[in-house]
Amino acid sequence: MSSPIRVLLAKVGLDGHDRGVKVVARTLRDAGMDVIYTGLHRTPEEVVHSAVQEDVDVLGISLLSGAHMTICPKIMKLLKEQDAEDTIVVVGGVVPDEDVAPLKEMGVKELLLQDTPPKQIVETLERLVEERGPR
Amino acid sequence: MELFERLIKGDLRAAGRLMSRAEAGSGEVRSALGEIYKAAGKAHIVGLTGVPGSGKSTLVSKLVAAIREDGRRVGVIAIDPSSPFSGGSILGDRIRMTNLAMDDGVYIRSMATRGSTGGLARSALAAVDILDAAGFDLIIIETVGVGQDEVEIARASHSVLVVSAPGLGDDVQAIKAGILEIADIHVVSKCDRSDANRTITDLKTMLAMGINVSIKNKDDKPLWQVPVVGTSSETGEGIGKLLETIDRHRDAHRSTALGPERLRRIAEYRTFKTAEDLLRGRFFTSTSERVTAMVERISRRELDPFAASDELMSNIAL
Repeated sequence: MSSPIRVLLAKVGLDGHDRGVKVVARTLRDAGMDVIYTGLHRTPEEVVHSAVQEDVDVLGISLLSGAHMTICPKIMKLLKEQDAEDTIVVVGGVVPDEDVAPLKEMGVKELLLQDTPPKQIVETLERLVEERGPR
Repeated sequence: MELFERLIKGDLRAAGRLMSRAEAGSGEVRSALGEIYKAAGKAHIVGLTGVPGSGKSTLVSKLVAAIREDGRRVGVIAIDPSSPFSGGSILGDRIRMTNLAMDDGVYIRSMATRGSTGGLARSALAAVDILDAAGFDLIIIETVGVGQDEVEIARASHSVLVVSAPGLGDDVQAIKAGILEIADIHVVSKCDRSDANRTITDLKTMLAMGINVSIKNKDDKPLWQVPVVGTSSETGEGIGKLLETIDRHRDAHRSTALGPERLRRIAEYRTFKTAEDLLRGRFFTSTSERVTAMVERISRRELDPFAASDELMSNIAL
């Protein structure tokens, strides 16, 4: 019996738009994953602390506030400090094209931006966990 | 075995990883879990149950804060339901526990039921052992609020808290069989509401009507009288009293015949449960193909489920 993929979905910082992240949570649930949702207005420290305790495969950060270039580096740094670099970080929401490359460079595995079909979100997470292998 | 050693030293990253492996149920993790079981046994385990919406998660967050003020470390296993269709889940208990999100003296793990009934997740008890072995003083299991018949938690924890909210039923609800019978401590949440006194009275009347079946002392007095504690997560009223009551139950547990009796019951339950999970796994693996082949005929009523199960049982490789 293999266990479902564990995903923590987080809204970080001053960003009250959670309709999107809830749709994603529902989509992943329907694809058979365990989704931990932490609610609005979390700090990077809280999110990483939760991700470590929950030992999730994937940390999904939803950002529609434009603060991704401030928040993502913090999260990547904290994961490293916590010895949790094997957590797959995926960013969803609104990110300008020119920020995609720098985010990937700092370790964000994939960006799932607006208009990404639900099926593609599921397939992306499944592929990333598969590529990481068992741990 | 490296993870086990790290766990005993209190490494919480190791705790998280071991819980994931326990949940995956792989063969290799079983011997590690066996070692952990033997190393555990110091923590006091509190089971918390009650119908959906009765305020369990909010109460847990307040209770945990009170335990932390005492300087004790506390683990929380928060269980939510799995989808009966996809097997997936949305685990939202952390939303109500955000005030605890940064404290290393609090370990919260969310779990899905994954097809197990009775409100407990399949690997919840392994997770309890892991936190116990890592040195947490109190461990709270918050069950999924499934309703009137969710009693499995009582066979797995030292103190059972049943949470009732005002306005959810009359005094006849209170004398029905099931969940209300398993409480070591009754909690009436939302007691800032005007109708809470009614619920407290109904529960007290129910308790007074019954005969206390707890073990008696030499003066023929029961070793434990089930109390009713009103709490309000809104105003904080009653939270301190609830923690005192839990501690009092723990002490009664440790100093009287209640404890050993309970520990034996838990040990028995866990043994049966673990064996049952093994058996179920092997049964499904060895019969699923044959069941698929039979289903068509059973649905057309050419074959009946009774004869079909007899046949399955007589031909399984366990």
